Amino acid sequence: MNIEIILFAVLALVAATSSVMMITRKNAVISAVFLVLNFFALAGLYLLLNAQFIAVVQVIVYAGAIMVLFLFVLMLLNTEAEHQLFIDKRGIKFFAIFIAAFVFIEIAFLIFKSNPSKNLSPDQAASINSGTIQTIGQQLYTNYLIPFEVSGFLLLAATIGALVLAKKKFE
Amino acid sequence: MLQVPMEYYLILSAFMFTVGVAGVLIRRNAIVVFMSIELMLNSANLTFITFSSYLGNSIGQIFVFFVMTVAAAEAAVGLAIIIAIFRNKLSVNIDEINIFKW
Repeated sequence: MNIEIILFAVLALVAATSSVMMITRKNAVISAVFLVLNFFALAGLYLLLNAQFIAVVQVIVYAGAIMVLFLFVLMLLNTEAEHQLFIDKRGIKFFAIFIAAFVFIEIAFLIFKSNPSKNLSPDQAASINSGTIQTIGQQLYTNYLIPFEVSGFLLLAATIGALVLAKKKFE
Repeated sequence: MLQVPMEYYLILSAFMFTVGVAGVLIRRNAIVVFMSIELMLNSANLTFITFSSYLGNSIGQIFVFFVMTVAAAEAAVGLAIIIAIFRNKLSVNIDEINIFKW
């Protein structure tokens, strides 16, 4: 057995299990912790795919910043009646799982039908080169400069919007 | 290196997306619904990175960078909206938030 395949199997199992656990736990805080575990497993998968920069950003931005924001809001809101929010109607639950299974079968069918790896012969050197911070930085500051600036503006707008929305009173 | 067939990554991504869809449909807590949406965004990111790596092209990773920016902005504004709704309704149950329903 190859080390890469073993690593993929372990990380994929962790990612899949933690995502299922996230939507089945009744306590929202435990859901959030499982989502953090899922993000860490995804960061490991990105490393396996030679995407070093994105793997680090995944840990810092997603597992760090965004999930802290979620846990902070969970702490602020009084959700002691949490278990009552868990749906009890079996019919709706089965319907939701049916819809989800249908979506999964559809996507899996398309993946195997198109058979993407048949036409691809992965180039290891090009793959490693595409994930370095040098390549991505060069692209971001030349070909993608305007989207980069716009995303900065978007973050500014989101910050102001969040402040205005969460303010106690409009004066 | 890159010995795992590409389909495995794509199937994992499809599975995570499906779990996200099921989470949005099953859960009634607005914050958990939000977390399910983050899960769906991440599964799309995994597909982007897979294709980017197997094609040896960095454009997919730049897309993931922008998706993360938008996800951060979306999380900040969305959670602010949830806080504002909680202040009025004292609940985050999405079944009780129906002021736009006729």
